[in-house]
Amino acid sequence: MPMSQPDLEAALREGFPDATIEIEDLAGDGDHYKARIVSLAFKGLPRVRQHQLVYAALKGRMGGELHALALETSAPS
Amino acid sequence: MTDATSNPVHDWIAKSVSEHDVILFMKGVPEQPQCGFSAVTVQILDHLGVDFVGVNVLQNDQLRDGIKTFSDWPTIPQLYVKGEFIGGCDIVREMFQSGELKGMLSEQGLIEA
Repeated sequence: MPMSQPDLEAALREGFPDATIEIEDLAGDGDHYKARIVSLAFKGLPRVRQHQLVYAALKGRMGGELHALALETSAPS
Repeated sequence: MTDATSNPVHDWIAKSVSEHDVILFMKGVPEQPQCGFSAVTVQILDHLGVDFVGVNVLQNDQLRDGIKTFSDWPTIPQLYVKGEFIGGCDIVREMFQSGELKGMLSEQGLIEA
């Protein structure tokens, strides 16, 4: 079951209110996205923890509703 | 990473990651991955010439769910090196492209520098 891009963006926005978020629909099928998220929440964290924060913001939809989300996370430089 | 529980799948995963220096939980087998993300990760490991064990999570639903809760990570593949969770496809690819993965594997004595 795909997740719409506005839903995805809203969930990420809620999880990372300060963030710069860019989302690309890679396959045009609402099921394969790429998200670039720049947020202070990631500062000093290893990448695994950064991605875990994103997955937590998606509240279990990752791996279910959302099959593929390529992530690029970083803290503002 | 995970609490000591009586979850037999978690026990099995913990034992597996401690017994193998490089272990990839993936969809399909290294010779025939069944998902593009698993395929990319296998290609990177092959390219670096590191020996690894592939565990096909599709063989067993308990394993497929168990690895997600064990690592607190919702997707497959998942790479472990020397018992440590490295990440999924995106992180492995980023670390490969930056040279960090090769550096780490050679530091650990798993590939020739």
